[in-house]
Amino acid sequence: MTELPAPDAISANAAEGAKLVCRNLWKLFGPRARETLAALGDAATPERLAASGLVPAVRDVTLSVREGEIFVIMGLSGSGKSTLVRLMSRLVEPTAGEVLFHNRDLLSASDAEMIEIRRHKMGMVFQHFALLPHLTVLDNVAFPLDVQGVPRAEREARARKMIALVGLGGRESSLPRQLSGGQQQRVGIARSLAVEPELWFLDEPFSALDPLIRREMQDEFIRLQSVLKKTIVFITHDFDEAIRLADRIAIMKDGAIVQQGTPEEIVLQPATDYVREFTRAVPRAKVVRVATAMRKASGAEPAGTISARATIAEAAPKFLEGATALRVTDDDGRTVGHLIREDVVALMLGG
Amino acid sequence: MRRRPTDERDLSGWAGWALTLALFVGLWLYGGQLFPWAFDYPRSISIPAARWITSFTKWLLNEATFGLFTFAELTRFIAAVLDVPYRFVLSLLSTGFQSGEGSQAVQILPPLSWVAVIGTGAILGGYAGGARLAALVAGCLTFVLVFGQWQSAMVTLASILVAVPLGVAGGLLLGILAFRHSWFERAIRPVLDLMQTIPVFAYLVPILILFGFGPTAAVVATLIYAMPPMTRITELALRRVPAELTDLGRMVGCTRRQMMWRVLVPASKDPLMVGVNQVIMLSLNMVIIASMIGAGGLGFDVLAALRRLDFGAGLEAGLAIVALAVALDRLSQAFARLRNEPARGNGPVARHPYLLSGVALILAAGLAGLAVPALQTWPDAFELSTGAFWSNVVQWINVNFFDTIEAVKNAVLLNLLVPFKRFLGGLPWAGVTALLAYVGWRLGGWRLAVLVASLAGLIAATGQWEKAAITVYLCGISTVFAMLIGVPIGILASEREGVWAPVRIIIDTLQTLPSFVYLMPAVMLFRVGDFTAMIAVVAYAVVPAVRYTVLGLKGVDPRLTEAGRAMGCTPGQILWRIKLRLALPEILLGLNQTVMFALSMLVITALVGTRDLGQEVYIALTKADPGRGLVAGLAVAFIAIITDRLISASARAARARLGLEAA
Repeated sequence: MTELPAPDAISANAAEGAKLVCRNLWKLFGPRARETLAALGDAATPERLAASGLVPAVRDVTLSVREGEIFVIMGLSGSGKSTLVRLMSRLVEPTAGEVLFHNRDLLSASDAEMIEIRRHKMGMVFQHFALLPHLTVLDNVAFPLDVQGVPRAEREARARKMIALVGLGGRESSLPRQLSGGQQQRVGIARSLAVEPELWFLDEPFSALDPLIRREMQDEFIRLQSVLKKTIVFITHDFDEAIRLADRIAIMKDGAIVQQGTPEEIVLQPATDYVREFTRAVPRAKVVRVATAMRKASGAEPAGTISARATIAEAAPKFLEGATALRVTDDDGRTVGHLIREDVVALMLGG
Repeated sequence: MRRRPTDERDLSGWAGWALTLALFVGLWLYGGQLFPWAFDYPRSISIPAARWITSFTKWLLNEATFGLFTFAELTRFIAAVLDVPYRFVLSLLSTGFQSGEGSQAVQILPPLSWVAVIGTGAILGGYAGGARLAALVAGCLTFVLVFGQWQSAMVTLASILVAVPLGVAGGLLLGILAFRHSWFERAIRPVLDLMQTIPVFAYLVPILILFGFGPTAAVVATLIYAMPPMTRITELALRRVPAELTDLGRMVGCTRRQMMWRVLVPASKDPLMVGVNQVIMLSLNMVIIASMIGAGGLGFDVLAALRRLDFGAGLEAGLAIVALAVALDRLSQAFARLRNEPARGNGPVARHPYLLSGVALILAAGLAGLAVPALQTWPDAFELSTGAFWSNVVQWINVNFFDTIEAVKNAVLLNLLVPFKRFLGGLPWAGVTALLAYVGWRLGGWRLAVLVASLAGLIAATGQWEKAAITVYLCGISTVFAMLIGVPIGILASEREGVWAPVRIIIDTLQTLPSFVYLMPAVMLFRVGDFTAMIAVVAYAVVPAVRYTVLGLKGVDPRLTEAGRAMGCTPGQILWRIKLRLALPEILLGLNQTVMFALSMLVITALVGTRDLGQEVYIALTKADPGRGLVAGLAVAFIAIITDRLISASARAARARLGLEAA
């Protein structure tokens, strides 16, 4: 069972270098939101807020994003996830709470400082691509650098590199409307990476794409991340996508986080019935890690090996060659346990 | 969600209407003895607005000062600044560059020859729309040339070339300000409403007084007339930019200026270009009208021909205006549709073929013009004139059909126009004001009631009631006729694609014509008077009636007509019981636009001798009496605003009733 981390636990995280921390973050739409929230204090239930004419978009969200991880915020439409990601970059001004970026409170930064932070430290990918229709692919990707005043030769060289990275080499002089949806989003990704951001926000980047293209783009995203190792906040309404990509997931409902944890934790121990509904259709084998299913090493050492971090679904093919057990190794190659064939079969049949 | 309280007003509603109407009729028929003040607005409490405005203008002109300089000096300074680009463009197109003044002037450089202008037009057309557009533009300009209208057309074109960039830039900046600051938007909206509804004649006088007689004053008037739509379109277009793009701009760290000029403005290029097209067409319209305060050009030719009843000459100048309008409209529309394709090829020659060939053409034509004078100025000997022909046609029609035309004209006048005019003229101002207030209250609540009642009251209080009644009568009758003609055409066109295609070309072309042009044929056939005015107004105002009917009918959800067909409705039933019901809000908007078009045309028909507010404005113009003109102009604007607000409110009510929009 994953509890919401206590505030002091988060401070500890921050101390050990959590990249982005949100503490008791609120966003209410409506007149005199700040005063009303302060007056209500702990009694700020959705009903009370609605009675004062306020629409709660984000309620009391506390989370921390660690260096180099993919943090997925998953929720259905209207759950406040898009507002939350905009609070993190202060595109939307929070009503109350704190946003710490490298232990620095973004809410106290001046407009000029915010511009500097967004220019150099943050990148964002949008659901509908948000490409500038009058610029070519090259100019679109170079746009963030252009805004910073980087000289033409340098910014175009960097833009070309990014375009090659996302696999669009040769399309530099096309205009956005000449590209397919998947290609347009590749441009959006290249543009968000052009400034080499530390923090990468992706707001439902694949939701506007066809299912087949979406799958392809997810693979592309995994490939990119294996190279880039960015710190990522990824928004989606698609639970399967969340499971597939996330290191950790936060599930939102009505503006609040109902559960956060690794995909495995969420699937195996859903905190509420709401979360259970999502996990019902997810094959266990795809989220359960070998480390969870293995037994203590005993008896003869099996010949085959598997990483403790692999999922059961990834481990299963290894049994096809007739092995009855696999040796489980940690990142340094030490044996930490055995994975037994019957356990894998049981897990996979159990769904 | 705010919702107006639903009331059970079906029954009480009808009772309210009946009671109000009964009271109104009672007052009208029997109130004359009891309440004479309700019929004739008492002079003792009238507002001498005309006198105030006139003395205010005098004060502005003679005494207003900013300390270092006076107001009059400021306006003269603006005029002088505007004069610089105007002189330049005029020299380029028409007079040539000269040194010295008056009779001692020596031409240093000749103006662009007709070869160069037509060639440049064709190159622009080719760049924006290919060979067909190039041929169209060249054809239109050649038409102007061959029929001997070149000099006047170049004067008109010069005014437009100066007014359009200023109008576009000004409208863009005002629109940006309105987008950025909501207080500015709130402040400017009523000003824009007035600028668009006050008849142009009305502000010609103050402009004349402040900026002096001549082309620059005409440019100022054109700016006032053409800027509001650009301002509105800019603000609207900027608001419609997807939120994701503004998020993107902020996310990459745009400053406010970068956000505006690098993200928002480029992203709304398409609607902005529509605005530019509007500015061009309105400028053309206004430059023609502004010939009255010395803009010269084609408008002056039409006006002069009208005054001496020389139909041939007037029609020729009118056709030249049409040619110019069509060329400018198609050209600017093509530029609006133009997409910036990525440049192909390298080197300046490959990248800018059109620019270079244009420059080369102008140079070559200039040199050729020096050698062969006929290439510089089209020889008079080659000019065609159809003036005599048209005069003969008119004469022939008048000789052969005079009786028929007179009979029709008199029948309509005696049986329809005159009785209606008398009826409206006899209505008590107080009763009408109260009735309007009631209608406003029923349609849009007490705010609307207060607005329409106070505007109507102001018309009475400034002593414009009788003339306003004549305006309403002419406008009303013309609107009815325009709707009677336009709506059936619209229905037919929306039902049959084969009809729609030609109808669309016709109304598109009609819409580009400056309102002035409509007067010529009407005067030729029916001479002066209310009937002539009505014909011209109907011809001008029928376009929106057709357009909005088609828009509404074509916009009906096809699933609903399909459902109707599945239920076994006949085509007639589908039309009456489904399509027309659902298209009602659009048709009402069409009615609204028809009234606005009719009002703006009506003022111009003062030239053919109506007796309404338009005439009042026109007289004030000839007497250079700013107060009288503005008060009458404001009365026209008030009529327009009252009609607009009431019809819009009922269109909203209709949409709400049909469930197309939340109440």
